[in-house]
Amino acid sequence: MLPLRHSARKDRMEPMANVSIESSARTATPHPSTWDKLKRNRNWLGFWFMLPAMAFLVLFLAYPLVLGIYMSFTDVRIGRPGVFVGIENYGWLAEDPVFWLSVFNTVFYTLVASVAKFAIGLYLALLLNKHMPFKAIIRALVLIPFIVPTVLSAIAFWWIYDPQFSIISWVLREFGWIETNIDFLGTPWNARWSVIFANVWRGVPFIAITLLAGLQTVPPSLYEAATLDGATRWQMFRYITYPLLTPIIAVVMTFSVLFTFTDFQLIWVLTRGGPVNATHLMATLSYQWGILGGKLGEGAAVATAMIPFLLACILISWFGLQRRKWQQGEGND
Amino acid sequence: MTEVANRNANTLQQDTAGRTQDIIGRGDDTEGMSYLETFPRRLVTTYMPLGVILIVLLFPFYWMALTSVKPDNQLLDFDTVNPFWTTAPTFKHYYALLFETDYPTWLWNTMFVSISATILSLIASVFAAYAIVRLRYKGAQTIGGLIFLAYLVPPSILFIPLSTVVYQYGLFNTPFALVLTYPTILIPFSTWLLMGYFKTIPFELEECALIDGASRWQILTQIVLPLAVPGLISAFIFCFTLCWNEYIYALTFITSTENKTVPVAIVTSFTDGDAYRWGSIMAGALFGSLPLVILYAFFVEHYVSAMTGAVKE
Repeated sequence: MLPLRHSARKDRMEPMANVSIESSARTATPHPSTWDKLKRNRNWLGFWFMLPAMAFLVLFLAYPLVLGIYMSFTDVRIGRPGVFVGIENYGWLAEDPVFWLSVFNTVFYTLVASVAKFAIGLYLALLLNKHMPFKAIIRALVLIPFIVPTVLSAIAFWWIYDPQFSIISWVLREFGWIETNIDFLGTPWNARWSVIFANVWRGVPFIAITLLAGLQTVPPSLYEAATLDGATRWQMFRYITYPLLTPIIAVVMTFSVLFTFTDFQLIWVLTRGGPVNATHLMATLSYQWGILGGKLGEGAAVATAMIPFLLACILISWFGLQRRKWQQGEGND
Repeated sequence: MTEVANRNANTLQQDTAGRTQDIIGRGDDTEGMSYLETFPRRLVTTYMPLGVILIVLLFPFYWMALTSVKPDNQLLDFDTVNPFWTTAPTFKHYYALLFETDYPTWLWNTMFVSISATILSLIASVFAAYAIVRLRYKGAQTIGGLIFLAYLVPPSILFIPLSTVVYQYGLFNTPFALVLTYPTILIPFSTWLLMGYFKTIPFELEECALIDGASRWQILTQIVLPLAVPGLISAFIFCFTLCWNEYIYALTFITSTENKTVPVAIVTSFTDGDAYRWGSIMAGALFGSLPLVILYAFFVEHYVSAMTGAVKE
């Protein structure tokens, strides 16, 4: 959104508001009926327009969110209503090594995958921003891993990571680099790196294409001027591309971190948290305990434990957006 | 609507349609400064890394497609036949998938749930976005912010309480459990996207119509919506993709085989005892992605504008 146009439009909104007030004053009787008020009053009209969306969000998002936090303080199980038990669930969590392992896994997974996605995504965006033949087709192809449902591409990785018939092992053996097949999903660290790779594979296209959109808003004249001044490639990136890209990087990475942190599908298809809980993320652990184990209360406690981190992400995103507005000289609205 | 307003509307429509083609398309065909680079240099700095990344990104699909057409004896035998090619392609796995399993039912379920949820969310979002951007009722900004926050609430922390809610409403193990819960993921996103589109539509058009005595409903259906068609298409495609992709709700709320969606069913349904039927699994995965890929091929620009629009606004 261009800030200038935006503020200009705001000024123009005022006459509009007057028009609507005047027109309703003209047409309405001195004592408008309740029906008229419901139909014409700006706030009532807004209420009617918001109703469908709000109904969905309150019934199926806000209420469950609160209910989930409440459930984490009860010992509810599947088929049995719970009693309030205070912070007992959290007490158990704090002493449970599996929970702390899942916290470690989640943080490690998020950190490594996000850094890798960002680095590769930015590099890919810079490559795609260059002039080359078949540019449109190449850019369209890059996005395909993001289009295909995660579960279905995870199945492809499941097959690629097969302990006996992995194509990667086969190629490495043909080259003579390894003697025996790699057990990709069988040992803790192999499994961690394998799921991280699959996550990066899926996440890179999104970051690359959104950053590419940001790159295209950078005016080429800046690079031309920098070239005349004798700037090196690195200087051009560091002092032109990067600063202009910062706002969009902040938003994209917040989203990326958020969705990596709460990832479920990829892990569930590839490893189900195994081997020996080495790839259990908090989301998969919560499913395992809450739904499969039937202890809804404990599962909800694991899920609720993710909220502080999500809040931190949202705050970062918020300040990222604020900073962007400040850079563009737009008022805080 | 007056003639003038109509004409304005048409040119504007072309403008917004052109705007979406910026990223993938002919929008930026200028050569820039790239003529300063020699070909060998470009080969090393651009084409080779790009080629490597592209191969890595696309190889899993090639491998899936290849596996799905390999005959059984070549599937697991890498030593006599080169695994990167097959000498006797067969559609046996696809045939088995479509005629010997419940796959068509799952496909239908996924399609039904995705389309219903997408349409429901689009209707709700159009009203919400219009109200926030143009009616500017008291507290519109706050509500807009809350909707953005709702976008950031991931399904992974909601599925346990939602499963009890769905159970209380008597929706457990029905497609409607998904049709009604998916909009919570879709509405925040599409409202946010449509807000951006509605903001680009000039206010004067609506003023004209108001002076001519149009009601808010007429303004919305006859002026704003026709102008926001590119945005609606973007929102539709993206929502549809998100629905098709959704896993955790479908896994939790649906228990019987005949109500499952493709992503859930395919992971669990193709095993013979201990052995996985890789050919059928791959055929199923590929076939399940096909509708999205086709949609994507036709609407690349809209897809990209949805993705970037959601981040930019």
